[in-house]
Amino acid sequence: MRSPHRTDDPSCRTGEGSAGLVRFSDLPPGVLRDIALVWLADAVVGVSFGAIAVGGGLPVWVPVLMSLLVYAGSAQFSAVGVLTAGGGPVAAAATGLLLNSRTAAFSLALADDLGRSWTARLIGAHLVTDETAAFVLAQEGRRQRKAAFWISGVGLFVAWNLSVLAGALAGSALGDTDRFGLDAAFPAVLLALVLPALRGDSAARRASAAGAVVAVVAAPLLPAGVPVLLALLGLLAARRGPRRPRTGRTASSRSAS
Amino acid sequence: MNATLACVLALAAGTYVFRLAGPVLHGRVELPARFQELLTVGATVLLVALLATGALTEGQAFAGWARPAGVLAGGVLAWRRAPFAVVVVGAAATTALLRLAGVQ
Repeated sequence: MRSPHRTDDPSCRTGEGSAGLVRFSDLPPGVLRDIALVWLADAVVGVSFGAIAVGGGLPVWVPVLMSLLVYAGSAQFSAVGVLTAGGGPVAAAATGLLLNSRTAAFSLALADDLGRSWTARLIGAHLVTDETAAFVLAQEGRRQRKAAFWISGVGLFVAWNLSVLAGALAGSALGDTDRFGLDAAFPAVLLALVLPALRGDSAARRASAAGAVVAVVAAPLLPAGVPVLLALLGLLAARRGPRRPRTGRTASSRSAS
Repeated sequence: MNATLACVLALAAGTYVFRLAGPVLHGRVELPARFQELLTVGATVLLVALLATGALTEGQAFAGWARPAGVLAGGVLAWRRAPFAVVVVGAAATTALLRLAGVQ
């Protein structure tokens, strides 16, 4: 593929769009180690996800297929949470989609880093996650960003899907997972995921507290899944907070994973 | 078609469309900051609501004390920045031990 513009960019010399142009050596020292640690951490989450989904009564293919096709940790946990709580598939899909809407923002931020060919863009789009976005945005040069995207993205996809499969198989071997307290592990996972976003963001804390109260109060009255969506009313509480003395909120460095 | 399969496929298709926004628009569009912020806070609100109902309710009834106690233990571990595996095992073990001791 020819790239007529940006001849000053060194990455153009390698001919973007063809195979084998991302090298490990393109990553600054230490970045690959950080990436590998995230692979490992997410593999632990993946095992938990597979085990929890199967422990909640879903067949093995549900977490496995979901991990391949949806490939978004918190949305998968949420959809499975709604499904195992007896909520309808519509509520489960709606919850997951709302959570994943942020990938649109990430994909806009990463648009230039996937590569120029449409094959790279179409495949790369599926690998856009919180983690890859974080690694790419931490790099300076175009070549480094692209390497960070593909190396972290492909590795994460493999690690995630293998670990979910392992967890699902282990979960089905465990039998009655309530005996092992796995039903408590699921909300605890969500809590661990959401804590970074809650620390130091009072608007998110207000909105979440209000939303949680709405959801818990509504839970005995409405079909499962609906109370969680109703919690979005809590967003109103985020707006009605105390006035900030200064206009323009500074960009807070948080990520709702 | 199986309803669960339909749910997985709809979620997958919608998510992929979100992810294509960048490559298709190729950085020509930027979401308004206010809107992005609303999406981020909205995602947090959903997760907290899900964890609250997941911790406290089973079906449409109270889940008993063992589960929220385990979630609380996991939350404390997470707050103290314990590794993810420790959070998961800590929460599950607390609940399992409470049940073993007869607490439901």
